[in-house]
Amino acid sequence: MKGSEAIVASLKAAGVDTIFGLPGGVVIPLYDALYDSDIRHYLVRHEQGAAHMADGYARATGKTGVCIATSGPGATNLVTGIANAYMDSSPMVAITGQVRSGLIGTDAFQEADITGITQPIVKHSYLIKDAKEIPRVFKEAFYIASTGRPGPVVIDIPADCQLDEIDYSQPEKIQLLGYKPTLKGNMKQIKAAAKLILSAERPVLYVGGGIVNSGAHKELAELARLLNIPVTTTLMGIGSFPETDKLSLGMLGMHGTGYANYAVTHSDLLIGVGVRFDDRVTGKLETFASGAKKIHIDIDPAEISKNIGIDVPIVGDARGILGELVRELKKARPGKTATRAWNKQVSDWKKKHPLSYEEGESDIAPQHVVEEIYRVTRGNAIICTEVGQNQMWSALFYKHTKPRHFITSGGLGTMGFGFPASIGAKVGQPRKTVIDIAGDGSFQMTIQELATAVNYNIPVVVAILNNQYLGMVRQWQELFWGKRYSNTCIECQPDFARVAEAYGALGMTITDKKDIADAVSTAIKAKKPAVLDFRVRQDENVFPMVPAGKSITEMIGGHK
Amino acid sequence: MKHTLSVLVENKPGVLSRIAGLFARRGFNIDSLAVGITENPDVSRMTITVDGKDHPIEQVTKQLHKLINVIKITDLDPKRTVARELALVKVKSDAHSRGEIMQIAEIFRANILDVGRKTITLEITGTYEKINAIEQLLEPHGIVEIVRTGRIAIERGAK
Repeated sequence: MKGSEAIVASLKAAGVDTIFGLPGGVVIPLYDALYDSDIRHYLVRHEQGAAHMADGYARATGKTGVCIATSGPGATNLVTGIANAYMDSSPMVAITGQVRSGLIGTDAFQEADITGITQPIVKHSYLIKDAKEIPRVFKEAFYIASTGRPGPVVIDIPADCQLDEIDYSQPEKIQLLGYKPTLKGNMKQIKAAAKLILSAERPVLYVGGGIVNSGAHKELAELARLLNIPVTTTLMGIGSFPETDKLSLGMLGMHGTGYANYAVTHSDLLIGVGVRFDDRVTGKLETFASGAKKIHIDIDPAEISKNIGIDVPIVGDARGILGELVRELKKARPGKTATRAWNKQVSDWKKKHPLSYEEGESDIAPQHVVEEIYRVTRGNAIICTEVGQNQMWSALFYKHTKPRHFITSGGLGTMGFGFPASIGAKVGQPRKTVIDIAGDGSFQMTIQELATAVNYNIPVVVAILNNQYLGMVRQWQELFWGKRYSNTCIECQPDFARVAEAYGALGMTITDKKDIADAVSTAIKAKKPAVLDFRVRQDENVFPMVPAGKSITEMIGGHK
Repeated sequence: MKHTLSVLVENKPGVLSRIAGLFARRGFNIDSLAVGITENPDVSRMTITVDGKDHPIEQVTKQLHKLINVIKITDLDPKRTVARELALVKVKSDAHSRGEIMQIAEIFRANILDVGRKTITLEITGTYEKINAIEQLLEPHGIVEIVRTGRIAIERGAK
């Protein structure tokens, strides 16, 4: 069969039934092979949208997302999406066309060295030189993308390799000499961790995206409830522990809750699971949980002691390790009394420093929109976000209870991610209500994907918290730059409701807070893509806030 | 402290670039790097020296390990390792100084590869320190050019 047919056969062998992409000159053979295949291909309007959709699909389903772009500009348009998947450890295979082999290196039309360009932002990449490599490379790529610490893999395929005839057969096994992720935790280390946990008086579980990727939420809850250990999540860990639980501290860090930051700072044992001690979480490293012993469970050994010294590291898959840890702890028949005083302290902090904002008469507080979305969806929706204030309010004011229900660009902080990601999530989870909580700035970065959503009738809801500012930068300018609002006002903007209608979606503008809930439920029931333009208070800030580089207890605003 | 990392990698296109790129973007400096094939044609060995004072060596090796094409990394223990470097040195010489340079060459067991009208070219094999030492002695004569391979190293056999 032809190389292009071998690609389709390899995709099917990998279990792929959904692809996002946009064709171009050198991938015409591949698209020709897809034409006869039962793989559903979603045609996007910009390749960045395809990468984010594949990423959103992956995060909502746990399966590997797949996107296709042509050579040159098609491939470079994927770059932001690939970097985004890399930073948030999202499994993705990005297929790019390349000019034919003989032309590589000659600056041919639409030639770009995409394996070179993406080298720092991929888990691995392949430039296929011979069509015979196709079955092996695809098998390896899906294995690498989805195992260990997941991440994006790029496969660059010259046009001639798509046309060459090969004898297709699926390789039986994968032979990767240099890739053997450690999954099972070292028992000695697990025992050492159990010992520390049993002797702790002020323990805190600090958990992140690793819990979601590993599907370890049940084991996490069991561990937390066994000894009544308070749990705080990173932005990526949101949903891995129900925020309705009394042990939940919500998110920690720069825009974390006051009580999460106090609890971490005063803890005597910090149990980090699937986290990477990122600067947005730790603030000033020297004062981060400085009185605490630290256990760090992570599948990536390079994360251990990267930013902060660890007393008991355990490398492996979080789910298996937490399961073992619970079994080990149960042997000691622990009571819950050891943490009683600590939980009392935590609950005092919760009372003293609750999340808060001021409600207006009829004007709309952005936080209130998020709360209303929570109320209308009963907390069952998949929430995607853009980046900035909308993202932080979505993290803080919606009570997240389920893993894979909060999809956000954590590491890279990609404005324009949320909307295409919501399309990918809805494709992967068609029965779920999917809402992208957006900012007016972010939404305009990938707004053209409204055509994709309408084209395939993918009924996602975009809720724009429209403050006519690049709000988070405006907030920094207000707080740290003497209110010099350099280039953050974006008052010149389209009427989003009419733009939505022009694309064939539902569009609504909401200016009174009493109309929020109705608008949200109308949009959900519309059974077609909908854009809700909430004209919110312009100068609202995200609080609490820890200024960059300060200790996480040096919070400003939002708590008394 | 200088560390000598012996890195086995798959002999595939782009591997050197992946490794060099990783060092660059993580801010690790490479002191020297030598690459060659091994007894297995599918596998190459890179000998990389890095300064552990500047970068925690553990981070360097862990990040290297994450590259799919990297098979094995050994941080060689200097006490159990034999390390060598090869240098070619072209030094200014005339009839007047030739004798002294040849004497230095003899002491350091350097080979004389080429004698020109105004230069002599020497080949020296040895440790990093030995090569530095001969370089220092030749310096007053005027070094025209020096080419060093970077360190290669192998673990000693069991005693």
